[in-house]
Parts: sequence; C-alpha cells; structure tokens
Amino acid sequence: MAMAGRSGLVAGRRFFLGGSSGSCTWMRGLSSWWKNVEPAPKDPILGVTEAFLSDPSPDKVNVGVGAYRDDNGKPVVLECVREAERRIAGSANMEYLPMGGSVKMVEETLKLAYGEDSVFLKDKRVAAVQALSGTGACRLFADFQRRFRPESQIYIPVPTWANHHNIWRDAHVPQQTYHYYHAESRGLDFSALMDDVKNAPNGSFFLLHACAHNPTGVDPTEEQWREISQLIKAKGHFPFFDMAYQGFASGDPERDAKSIRIFLEDGHAIGIAQSYAKNMGLYGQRVGCLSVLCEDEKQAVVVKSQLQQLARPMYSNPPLHGALIVTTILSDPDLKQLWLKEVKMMADRIIGMRAALRENLENLGSTLSWKHITNQIGMFCYSGMTPEQVDRLTKEFHIYMTRNGRISMAGVTTGNVGYLANAIHEVTKSG
Amino acid sequence: MEQTPCDRRLATIARHLNSPRSEIDGGSSISRLVTSADGGRSSDSVFNHVVRAPEDPILGVTVAYNKDPSPVKLNLGVGAYRTEEGKPLVLNVVKKAEQQLVNDRSRVKEYLPIVGLAEFNKLSAKLIFGADSPAVLENRVATVQCLSGTGSLRIGAEFLARHYHQKVIYIPQPTWGNHPKVFSLSGLSVKTYRYYDPATRGLDFRGLLEDLGSAPSGAIVLLHACAHNPTGVDPSLQQWEQIRKLMRSKRLMPFFDSAYQGFASGSLDEDAQSVRLFVADGSECVVAQSYAKNMGLYGERVGALSIVCKSADIASRVESQLKIVIRPMYSNPPIHGASIVACILRDRQLYHEWTVELKAMADRIIRMRHQLYSALQERGTPGDWSHIIKQIGMFTFTGLNSKQVALMTAEFHIYMTSDGRISMAGLSSATVPHLADAMHAAITHVV
Repeated sequence: MAMAGRSGLVAGRRFFLGGSSGSCTWMRGLSSWWKNVEPAPKDPILGVTEAFLSDPSPDKVNVGVGAYRDDNGKPVVLECVREAERRIAGSANMEYLPMGGSVKMVEETLKLAYGEDSVFLKDKRVAAVQALSGTGACRLFADFQRRFRPESQIYIPVPTWANHHNIWRDAHVPQQTYHYYHAESRGLDFSALMDDVKNAPNGSFFLLHACAHNPTGVDPTEEQWREISQLIKAKGHFPFFDMAYQGFASGDPERDAKSIRIFLEDGHAIGIAQSYAKNMGLYGQRVGCLSVLCEDEKQAVVVKSQLQQLARPMYSNPPLHGALIVTTILSDPDLKQLWLKEVKMMADRIIGMRAALRENLENLGSTLSWKHITNQIGMFCYSGMTPEQVDRLTKEFHIYMTRNGRISMAGVTTGNVGYLANAIHEVTKSG
Repeated sequence: MEQTPCDRRLATIARHLNSPRSEIDGGSSISRLVTSADGGRSSDSVFNHVVRAPEDPILGVTVAYNKDPSPVKLNLGVGAYRTEEGKPLVLNVVKKAEQQLVNDRSRVKEYLPIVGLAEFNKLSAKLIFGADSPAVLENRVATVQCLSGTGSLRIGAEFLARHYHQKVIYIPQPTWGNHPKVFSLSGLSVKTYRYYDPATRGLDFRGLLEDLGSAPSGAIVLLHACAHNPTGVDPSLQQWEQIRKLMRSKRLMPFFDSAYQGFASGSLDEDAQSVRLFVADGSECVVAQSYAKNMGLYGERVGALSIVCKSADIASRVESQLKIVIRPMYSNPPIHGASIVACILRDRQLYHEWTVELKAMADRIIRMRHQLYSALQERGTPGDWSHIIKQIGMFTFTGLNSKQVALMTAEFHIYMTSDGRISMAGLSSATVPHLADAMHAAITHVV
C-alpha cells in the first residue's frame, strides 16, 4: 500500500517516513533500542558440542553433553518410545492439556518417585503438575518458593548443574552453597556437608540430587542419606529433590529412588523435580513433573492450584506429545516392561564403560587412583583433571568435555575407550 | 423477600460465573491463614498458609459445562476450533506431517538448541513478515521458538524488562485474560489504553489515540495483530496507519500478539498486514506468534518470538540474550510441534493444502456469524446486532451483560464467559437457533 512520504521531527533529528518497503535507510540512521545489549556468554556445556562439531579430526571424541549414546556413538530412540509414537500418530486430537498437564501422566510419574503403593498417593497428599522436563520443574518450584516463602534461601551443592544457579536466580530466591564434592578423594565431603546442613538457619531449603549427582557422579551411601535425613529433620529444613536420572543410575528405578524413600519414611514433606529426558530418551520433548508432598488432600489441592497459577503466565499449559508417549508406555504393562529393560541396558552399558575406562588406565600403568571412575554413578564422571589438562585433551587429542573435568560416560564406547584412556594417561602422568 | 428456586439457581450460577478474576499480581492477596484441622500437624508444613487460587475464569467455563448433564448444552467458552459436528479438528496436513515424522527412523529426540528448531524459526519469520521483507532478507530479525503465544509473550516481556529502557506496557481494554499476569510477572508495569466502545460495539479509536498519545515516550504497546481477543474488533488499515504514525512519533515500542494469522480473514497475508505495516518503516518491534489455532496445534505449544532489530549484529546479540532468559525457564523448547510446522511450511504442496484448510475454518466461522445475525433478525430481537458480522476472528463480544449471560446459562445451558464473549468456533448450523433463542430471551427478559 502507498504511504504518503512525510518528514517530521523527532528529538531534534529529521527523519523520513514512508516510501515502499525496503528503502527506508533514513530510519536506520536512528539508533537501535538494543544498541547497548551485550552479547551473552556462551553456555559452557552446549559450547563444547559446538566446538566438537566444527572439528574435522577423524579421532574426535565427544564426552561433553549429557545425552545418551549407544556403543556406536549414536543417539538412541528407545523401542518402547517408537512403539508409543506409532500408536499415538494420527489418533489423538491436539487439544490443550489442563494447566497442570496430563493427569494420567502425572499419576504414573508419581508412582515412580513415591512408590506404586505409596500411602501418600492413596491419601492424595501429593500436589503435582506436569512440567517442562527437569528444568521446568525446578523453575516452577523456585517461583513457588519465592512467592510463598519469600524469606527463604536455597542451599545448592558445590558443584552442581550450572543451570541450577540460573534457575533460582531468575526466580529471585537468594542462594547459598553447601559442601558436597571432596576433591582429594573424588568422593563425598560428608562431614563438611553435615556441618553446612547444621549451620544453615532452621527452615532453609536444600537442593538434593536424588541419585547420579550431576556433574560429579558422587552419591551419598544409603547410611549417609539416613544421617542427612535425620539432621535435615532436626533443623526443619525443606528437602527439594532433583531426580533427573531415575533408572539411569543403577538400572533399577526403585533403587535409584532410595534417597527419596528414606526421606518419606522419616516424615519429611518434600518436593521433587522429575525428568524423562534421559531415562526415556525424551530429551527434546520436555517432559517432567513437579510434585510437593502436603499435609493432607485439601492442602494438596490448594498447592496444585497455586502451581498452576505460576504455569499459566509462563506457557499456559504444557506440551502434549511427550506426555502422551509417557502415558502410553507406563500404562501398558508390556511397554512398561520393555522400557525397564531398555533403561537397564543403557545403565549397564555405562557401568560397563566405567569399568573399561578404569581398567584401561590401570593397565597403562597409571600411578594415580582411578577408583572413583567406578565408584561414581550415572552419566557423569568427575575425573579430577584440571582445566589445563582438559585443554590438552582437546588440543592434542580432539577430546571434548567441559573444563571442570567432567566426562559424560554416555559418550564412551568400546571403540574409543582405549583412545580416551591413553589420552587421559598422557595428560595426567606427569603429575 | 423469598427467592424462587429459579432465582436461587440464577444466583448460584451468577456467583460461579462472576467469581473474581485472578489479581494481576497473584501473590498480593495471599493471606496468612493457619488451618489446624489435623491436630497441629499442618503447622509443620512450610506451605500451610497457601490459599487456593481462584479458578481461571475462561477454563472454569469448560469445567462448569462438563458438569452439566443437559443434552442441549453448548460450550461457547474456550477458544478452540470445532467442526460443524462440534468436534475438535486435527488438520489433514498435520496428520500427514506427523506420519512423515513417525516414519522417518533417522529422526531423533535430542535436545533442540535453546532457541529451538532453526528451520522453524526462519520459516515462522517469513510467514509473519513476508518472505520478501527487508528485515528478513537482511537478517535483522532475532527469532526464537517458544511455547505457543503465551510462551512467546513471556520471553519477549522478560527480555524487555531486562534490556529495554521503558519498563511499562500498555494493553488494550479489554484484552485476553492472561495478558496482565504475563507482563507483570516478567517485571513490566501494566497500564491500559481504551480500545472497545460498548456503545458501538466497535473500536474506541479516539480514546485509543488519546491514551497512546499521552503514554510516556518509549512505552511498550501491546497490539493484537488481528482478530482482537475477546472483542473481535480490529482497526481498519487506515486506522492502523494512524496508530503507526502516532507510535513512531512517540517512539512507542510495538509488541504484537499474533495468535490468529490466517484464521481471521482466511488469508495469511491479509492477517499480517498490521505487523508488516510497522516493519516496513524500518523500525524495531516485537512479535509473538502462535500456531495453536491456525494449525490446530493447541496442545503441542508451538510459537515463535521475533524481535526486529536495526542490524544483523544487533539481532545476533539480542538472540544471545534471549537464550539467557530461556535457559533457566525450561532450557530448550519442545521438538514435536515445531517439527510439524517446519514440515508443512517448507513443502509447497503441504503449505498450499494448509492454506485451503485454514480458509475453510475461517469461512465456517464467518458463516456462523452470518447465521447468528440472521437468526436474531428473524426473531426480531431488539437492538443492533450488526457487530456480530463486523467483528472478526474466533470471538464475538455480544454486548450481553453478566446477568443476561447468567440467564442464558441457567435456562438454556449456554456456557460462555460472563463478559458476554462467545467463541464462534463452538457454534454449528444446528445450534445457532438455540443460541439465538437464548440471546433473545436474555435481551427481552433481563436488562
């Protein structure tokens, strides 16, 4: 359409409006609203994969990002997922889910975390909503914590998944840290952890990794969990579990939920963020669940209504497809069995690679202790390597990982474990 | 005075439908209640003081509808398309696209990048701005995949609250019920501008110009790109041009909400004219797109946020900052819906089929408008009902008041929001007479 050419004065500068689209170079002379926007720092984890992809070397190995790979280094879509998708395609409509997400999906998901016969589920004491994978579940909880416990702080382990800090920061919840990883032993700094729990003001919120701690792979033993639970109880702290790896750690979902079950037995009111990204390989579908154990059914209804109030101005209601996959699998006994088998296969392959990597290093005659490779659990191994050693791995051997020395075991295969061990030995043997 | 049973029923329904809208700041009305029904255990809970949130007024309509056993009940509440048979619709192109995706064994379900599916982003920008738009050709648009319209609005608002100098947004009166909270939770302060004129059931253009004219320089202005929700009242192209000129002169930042492209007039290009008008003068703006209605992808949560910038370098920096907002919210967006959209938009044949199905949906709605108008004429219902055919898109702002709405629900089992908004998509040729009867009764019996 034609626009009359007009000139006018704005803030002391002449400018020319109009003309057909494409010829408004005058307007470009006005400065952008965004000229002061700084380029944001690259995400440290995702940046690793970018660098890997640009590397032309045939020997390159990606042990950076935490997505599962098979023994050929290929991403995997579980058979149970393919079958579920076949059943779903073309049959369902695409109407909005309720704000709290798929009721059926949430039901099945809570059984995994709380136990199939959990009295809390029977008594309807769990307020739960479908969330955007683990990130979304943590963020909803952080927003909820901010809104209803504005005076509270969150205690976050050192180290942790980097995005945890971003999540609680953007929710405007003040953060503190607690000791977790013990560098010398490459294990848990249990006494320092307990000290921090003790010294935190009563009623603090604690972020706990339910199993397969990210990035260290170091989990408390059952006995240690019991002690942590008792102390948290005595201090009246609120335990919030991030469970991103149920089933993926030991191969047995029940076993991986042990920490949560201990806390439930001890009478805590807990919160849980669950994710299907890894254990069902549904990464990009963004499927997860946030739950909060309440005093009774009435409070659970109330809390759920408030969680929904936080979701509505963020995305209105959660995505359908991933939820349909989860529901299809978990409510069909055969598909559920298939899933459990496939989860165990993934976990076993990783456990096998841990053993192989350690064995290789020991056979190369490394004088360092590599016990921690098999002591640690889950997708990640905190190797103990320094950033400088990691840089050498990348420059000299084309091995890509995050500079904190975290190795994604899912990227290790029978084909590259020897090469990897050799490279690690090379950069660590001089001390 | 004794209430008849009918009065009591009406009163109950009225109370239900008139339950207060959620506050703009959801937390402000929370009081510190302590319940002790369970022998003191509840005092252990750190969330004991939390009170139940009010029902979402729009979704609450469907809840009430579902409870009603009447065989003649009609749901004209939520804005999801329905066929003549009253059924939800999955477009044929969408089914074809899904089959393609399922059959492609090479596809994996890895994480998308934080900004989402790149191809989807490019195609979405082309769709709203036009493939020949200089902004697109010059790479001046930062586009990120988001969770439908809501998600796009939220990410855009968060970005503005962090990086834009004037943290106030003007929203039209009325607007979609969720808009105020999206913006206030993002950290923007929310003001309104006059939009709907109840006297004419049309645009209060003078009020709009006055209010935008007295907004502080640089303020953000929310504009419904087409098919205004809930009124169905859109500015004409000439009026859009006047709005554009005014906004440019005051350096107001346009934030378009485009939830109905193609769905309003039946033409994708026509429904994008307001947006393209603003982009054509070379300035910057923010656009939220949704594929919920026009591709029927409601539950898959597919949308895109675009920020049109002065240069490619700026757009790149803006994109990097958008990632910082997204990562701590949900890390990266869901893959399924965006893959379907990309599949359709990139394929000439599928794209064409989509435009045909889209036009069919829009045409059916326009037909319903004409049928309802005729039905009211036939009944001699008092008043001027031409706004039913003048308004556009999924919704009609009937002009009925909440008392009249309450009667329609109680006596005729018509479910709609108490502001008099009806979703035309919920009507069919078979049910138009029933609605016309209900409206006629409400107009003639309740003032």
